Amino acid sequence: MAKAKGTKAKSTKPAGKPAGKEDVEDLLQMYEQMVRIREFEDKVNELYTSAKMPGLAHLYIGEEAIAVGVCEALNSDDYITSTHRGHGHCIAKGAAVDIMFAELLGKAAGYCGGKGGSMHIADQANGNLGANAIVGGSAGIAAGAAFSAKRLGTGQVAVCFFGEGALGQGLLYETMNMAQLWKLPVIFVCENNMYNEYTHYNETAAGTLTGRAEAFGIYTEEIDGQDIRVVNEVAKRLVERARKGEGPAFLVCNTYRYHGHHVGDIDRAYYRPKEEELEWQQRDPITILADWIIGQKLSDQSVLDHIQADVKSEVARGAEFALNAPYPDPSEVDTNVYA
Amino acid sequence: MSTPNGNGRVITMGQAIKEALAEELRRDPTVYVMGEDVAEAGTAFKVLKGLVDEFGPERVIDSPISEPGITGLGVGAAMTGMRPVVDIMFGDFSTLIMDQMVNQAAKIHYMSGGKLKVPMVLRTTMGATRRSAAQHSQSLHAWFSHVPGIKVVIPSTPYDAKGLLKSAIRDENPVVFFEDKMMYQLKGEVPEEEYIIPLGVADVKREGSDITIVATSSMVQVSLAAADKLAEIGISAEIVDPRCTFPLDKDALINSAKKTSRVIVVDEGYERYGVTAELASVIADGAFYCLDAPVKRMGAMDVPIPFSPVLEDLTVPTPDTVFEMAKTLCGAA
Repeated sequence: MAKAKGTKAKSTKPAGKPAGKEDVEDLLQMYEQMVRIREFEDKVNELYTSAKMPGLAHLYIGEEAIAVGVCEALNSDDYITSTHRGHGHCIAKGAAVDIMFAELLGKAAGYCGGKGGSMHIADQANGNLGANAIVGGSAGIAAGAAFSAKRLGTGQVAVCFFGEGALGQGLLYETMNMAQLWKLPVIFVCENNMYNEYTHYNETAAGTLTGRAEAFGIYTEEIDGQDIRVVNEVAKRLVERARKGEGPAFLVCNTYRYHGHHVGDIDRAYYRPKEEELEWQQRDPITILADWIIGQKLSDQSVLDHIQADVKSEVARGAEFALNAPYPDPSEVDTNVYA
Repeated sequence: MSTPNGNGRVITMGQAIKEALAEELRRDPTVYVMGEDVAEAGTAFKVLKGLVDEFGPERVIDSPISEPGITGLGVGAAMTGMRPVVDIMFGDFSTLIMDQMVNQAAKIHYMSGGKLKVPMVLRTTMGATRRSAAQHSQSLHAWFSHVPGIKVVIPSTPYDAKGLLKSAIRDENPVVFFEDKMMYQLKGEVPEEEYIIPLGVADVKREGSDITIVATSSMVQVSLAAADKLAEIGISAEIVDPRCTFPLDKDALINSAKKTSRVIVVDEGYERYGVTAELASVIADGAFYCLDAPVKRMGAMDVPIPFSPVLEDLTVPTPDTVFEMAKTLCGAA
């Protein structure tokens, strides 16, 4: 495995206790959600490369364990903010793939009526305050949602997803400072896929990643972002302490972006070697969980295959729905500018 | 003309602003004020002095010196049930918060297809001649006025400031509220009883028949002084204050222009690509056949605001320069 300089492996492992029935259901649910993201993103890539999708998309493939592991630790009314690489977070927080496809294709049936697109999907009903195309741009929004939750006494928690590229943005540090000062229930989840677009983070980030949050006295952990059991267990703990009023946390999840920065980023050899890509794919989050489920005899391969087939067909139907759905009426162009 | 019936009660602009905040904080528990030195210090201009005593540090909140952070936090809080009033001490610091205002607050309602909204007020200052030099003297309201999704209020009197700020806080959109820091001590009639002024309704500050002077914020006072001088030479000037750059009461500007046939637009922002250009264009377009002269624009001189008083005073319109421009335009030179 290409070990990124500056990261330190933590020995956070889920306890080896035998899984109960409920745990098995949770694991299968997480498996299904990861497969849903993977299938969705594969279809997005296909739609883009066959010129059926306008604009660009930033694929989340390879990082599924983080979105799903964290969101499965949240309630549906907890908040998340997401990034330009946000399809995974959106699905993990409960969005339906057909409405998502419609948004990606700029159709009226999309989550934002086609006005947001891939980089701005918001799904308020599931607590998703929106993907954000400004790197690090949602840190304040997540902290603000946590501020509301605290002031209104709702018990909600906010999760701010961002990539390690956002560590170059000052807003993040201003926000972490206030979150810790005021003990806001916000969890900063740093998805370290190692590349700020096309540049390795060793070239952009001085010091350690966790040291940034530790400087504010924020509770910090760094984990293997490919093992969803680790992600989910840690996320549950961080959510619980945030809900209890113990304040923010900073979670670094080490992961890898299988595809390029966006769907059009195909020739990547100039910034990362093919061998590195292949090495990381040996630690695929879906395979890791499947192996655990089978290895522990918690379920059968046939069950996993069934899930896979069902999701594949759901995604195919969703894309078909979106392709056939109507575009917004031209009169929509100047609605929703002001509330 | 909505000259207030204050029953004789006269307060300053600063007091009017504090009263508006206090009334809204009392009325709505989701309203809070956040900014640098807003609590015990009552802001750098002492405008909010005493507010924290009634509402406590949980609702009148001293923040770190983190303009983007408190603005972003306000956006998120507004999206999730609060009504933040974010205090940005100097309008010049708008440079620091532009991403949160322009890319976040302004666009979230639209990008989400109307599902999310950002009912937030950003209070900040404008205005030169305080001897504060280039980084504490600018009037940057044109920047926000340029961006769809944001409303911009630029009050010129204590009465307007109070009624408009209350409307801004109740508005469902991000509203930037510009206070001219040279006007905090300006006195005016403000009634005891509650009132609000809707956003986007201009006010005729002085009626006249020979020339229209469209003026904003501190330039209203400058133009009223110019109108007094013009009256002495027999020129009757009408002063129209749009009160908001968006929503803009185009009809009020156009109707006054049609009535007088000559127009000067005076605003303290930089003249180049500024608010005066937009207002002049609206008037030229809407009153073209009634105009006897080109619409004239007067803004801040296109230079960084200098420190030396002798130089600084040259950069902004004054009663004398407005008087001269009006006189020329009316052919009375």
